[in-house]
Amino acid sequence: MTPLTSCLLLSALLFVIGLAGALIRRNAIVVLIGIELMLNAANLNFIAFWRYGPNSEALTGMMFVIFSIAVAAAEAAVGLALIISLYRHIKTANIDEVVSMSG
Amino acid sequence: MLFTIFAILTLAGAVAAISLRNLVHSVLALTLAFAGLAAVYLLLGAQFIGLAQILVYIGAVAILIVFAILLIREAEPASPSMVVSSWVGSVVAVLVIFGTMAWAIERSAITQRATGSQAEASMQQIGNALMLRFALPLEIIGLLLTAALIGAVTIALREKGEGR
Repeated sequence: MTPLTSCLLLSALLFVIGLAGALIRRNAIVVLIGIELMLNAANLNFIAFWRYGPNSEALTGMMFVIFSIAVAAAEAAVGLALIISLYRHIKTANIDEVVSMSG
Repeated sequence: MLFTIFAILTLAGAVAAISLRNLVHSVLALTLAFAGLAAVYLLLGAQFIGLAQILVYIGAVAILIVFAILLIREAEPASPSMVVSSWVGSVVAVLVIFGTMAWAIERSAITQRATGSQAEASMQQIGNALMLRFALPLEIIGLLLTAALIGAVTIALREKGEGR
């Protein structure tokens, strides 16, 4: 197995674990944790392709990861603010009970 | 060899983060996953990204999640079930997605002709790239971060007319 393959497999596993957490758990904070894991899996893919691909001196993959980390930090801040606001209104962080907008 | 150790550490942390019942424990496991990933970045020769990962994810995001957990006071879950009611379909979808990705990675020609080039990125190269070629995206990211922080404060602020 080449190093690139093992990096990509690690990233795929991490993405799938994050996706399972985001889809299956009932707590909104665990859903956010799953989303963070998926973002990290994408970052690992960028770094692996930067490292083992051609034109690594252009640093494109690395720059993408830097910007992606910044966007993830902004996303975590806004997401947690939304969860806190939601908890203040309906006193729960359980996504099964947030049904006032469902049809 | 080192890569395998750090990969197992990362995956174990990720699995614990989404499966533990106590939310504070699950954030601790999440920091373990982030630290393992930072070590993988260092192994891959991306020193700056590895250190930024430690600073931003462990130092900021994980702490932020801990603060949110303490604010909503649900460290001890009241409900007996941790999973949503429609979890069977989700598990099937997750397995199908992983199968597709693993199949694509195995079949892909890119993984076979990957170069073994020693890609390195010094701080000077990163700074040059950020200040010259990627100057506009850097400014836009700064604007986005400012807007997101103001938005987060506005959303989380106590609304008028709401009792203490």
